[in-house]
Amino acid sequence: MSTSTQSAPQVAPESQGPVPRRRHLPRYAPLGLYAAGIAVGALLSLLTGFSIALTVVYGAVLGTLAVYIGSRAVEGRRKATDRLVTALVTTAFGIAMIPLVSLVWTVLDKGLARFDGAFFSNSMFRVVGEGGGAYHAILGTVIITALTAVISVPIGLLTAIYLVEYGSGRLKRAITFFVDVMTGIPSIVAGLFAFALFTLLFGNDVRMGLMGAAALSVLMIPVVVRSCEEVLKLVPNELREASYALGVPKWRTIVKVVLPTAVAGLGTGITLAVARVVGETAPLLITVGLITGTNLDPFDGRMATLPVFAYYQLTQPGTATQAFLDRAWTAALVLIILVMALNVVARLISRFFAPKTGR
Amino acid sequence: MTATKAPTEPPQQRVVRRPGDRVFAGSAKGSGIFILLVLAGVAAFLVSEAIPALTAPPEDIPGGEGLAGYIAPLVLGTLLGAVLALVVATPLAVGIALFVTYYAPRRIAAALGYVIDLLAAIPSVVYGFWGLAVLAPALVPFHVWAADHLGWIPLFAGPASTSGRTMLTVGLVLAVMILPIISAIAREVFSQAPALHREAALALGATRWEMIKMAVLPYGKSGVIAGAMLGLGRALGETMAVAIVLSGGAGATLNLISSSNPSTIASNIALRFPEATGLGINTLIASGLVLFVITLAVNMLARWIVDRRADFSGAN
Repeated sequence: MSTSTQSAPQVAPESQGPVPRRRHLPRYAPLGLYAAGIAVGALLSLLTGFSIALTVVYGAVLGTLAVYIGSRAVEGRRKATDRLVTALVTTAFGIAMIPLVSLVWTVLDKGLARFDGAFFSNSMFRVVGEGGGAYHAILGTVIITALTAVISVPIGLLTAIYLVEYGSGRLKRAITFFVDVMTGIPSIVAGLFAFALFTLLFGNDVRMGLMGAAALSVLMIPVVVRSCEEVLKLVPNELREASYALGVPKWRTIVKVVLPTAVAGLGTGITLAVARVVGETAPLLITVGLITGTNLDPFDGRMATLPVFAYYQLTQPGTATQAFLDRAWTAALVLIILVMALNVVARLISRFFAPKTGR
Repeated sequence: MTATKAPTEPPQQRVVRRPGDRVFAGSAKGSGIFILLVLAGVAAFLVSEAIPALTAPPEDIPGGEGLAGYIAPLVLGTLLGAVLALVVATPLAVGIALFVTYYAPRRIAAALGYVIDLLAAIPSVVYGFWGLAVLAPALVPFHVWAADHLGWIPLFAGPASTSGRTMLTVGLVLAVMILPIISAIAREVFSQAPALHREAALALGATRWEMIKMAVLPYGKSGVIAGAMLGLGRALGETMAVAIVLSGGAGATLNLISSSNPSTIASNIALRFPEATGLGINTLIASGLVLFVITLAVNMLARWIVDRRADFSGAN
């Protein structure tokens, strides 16, 4: 806190007293400086042909610089560096918001064109131009996702129970480690695995919904294990010990005491895991494929799913290009709504089913 | 917590072991082992389906230059896009994590963190749509500018693509996709930085940045590295966004902004698999095996860093 760090020269002669008064920027000055920088940036980009991207770049750079220089002139080097980092960090957050806002806006803008009743009630059977919908794809996604959950949830939950309640030693460590590694398996590799497995079992050119469910399970199981494990660890040990003290067997303790206590967290974790796989495209692309009609039997033949439907509508439009693009964007919108709805449901579960006991 | 449980049970429990207990414990253990088998199965089935491509004569492989000649440009493209994403995303993610943990007003910090997490929830195919429809056209002026002014760097050699469907755009889309992964982990470790250290720094007169530099960043460094590695793993394996945005296929080049890019392993599989037959399928599975090994190595390294850090984090 010595005067030497202060760069304003006129302060020096006044600093006779034991503690020199430090000069501060007024409370809203950094904000104002930043805004001024952005304004200059906008002006600059206006001179060179206005574009939003340039405005953002110029504005962020100039705004940050303005805050730094302003603070440096008044408050000194250390405080200026602090303000510089504050500006940088806030800018980083603002930059991260741009894609999110832009993406949601674009999907809403382009997807609402076909967000109508026909989209939800028609399939693409014998549709080559306008009209048609994703009825078959939505049902396919629901069926395959449900099948995935039926496979993944018991395995994942039981594994989590093993890790928390039973596991010890090398096996526990191996499972924990490889579950972590498994979360990083690329989705396309999971698809290739399901393809290879079913090709070996059923011969070449086999296509069925179950293949997709198997591929998605590889992606979903580790997510379920991780989230359930975290939740089960939170169950207080006193509850288990109280149950044992009453002579309750261990498995009944788990079923009647541990799981009900953790049910909110388990529901949240499983819902989020479903949200993670519901939008997966690549594994379904190479295992389940796509058809234009409605196939509701996951054990026989190709099925349509929403992400794959969206992908093909976008990349392989027929003669009526705009109709295909509209359907693609609407499918993307439905997909986002689906994922967001699952996220909201997960939040609601954790709010309404949370255990009443204080921890 | 667990320490109190373990020693009390085993001796007595084994005496009165009920059938229900045995079934339950067995099925729990069984599903744990099943997971290990699945992971082994992934490797085994990929290898078994890739063997025909490994043993086939080079001229039968699509492209006619042998398996290595087919996969090498794809590996280059995969690494190029993922590393670019990592370089862009890591500083941003650290900034976001710092903002949410130490700069944002306390009342809205949790909500802001949730908003960032929303980025992770958006399906990758939708990112592809966005990259193709919004980001690629928006970046075309930058491509032109970079080719004019930065052309002396091999990465920006040009000629600039007119569609914007280049490795640069892909890298930025991937950066947006891995941003929430890195920042979530960075947020986690930053918020765990010992309060005593932070308060000590502030008490000695440090500004907020000096406090972060001295107390938070050294503590969170390995966490950030691990998060970046996990993000790298995700970027390496990302399929749909790349398949939609990139107009790939041309040979190996480091040029980020021209319209001839190397494709990535994952997107190449997604694009060619539906139409592939015979040895083509085996070749694609072989390339998938390479991707599997790369991501496995990256993820194991990341987990190892995380676990190593866990040994030290009990300090406070």
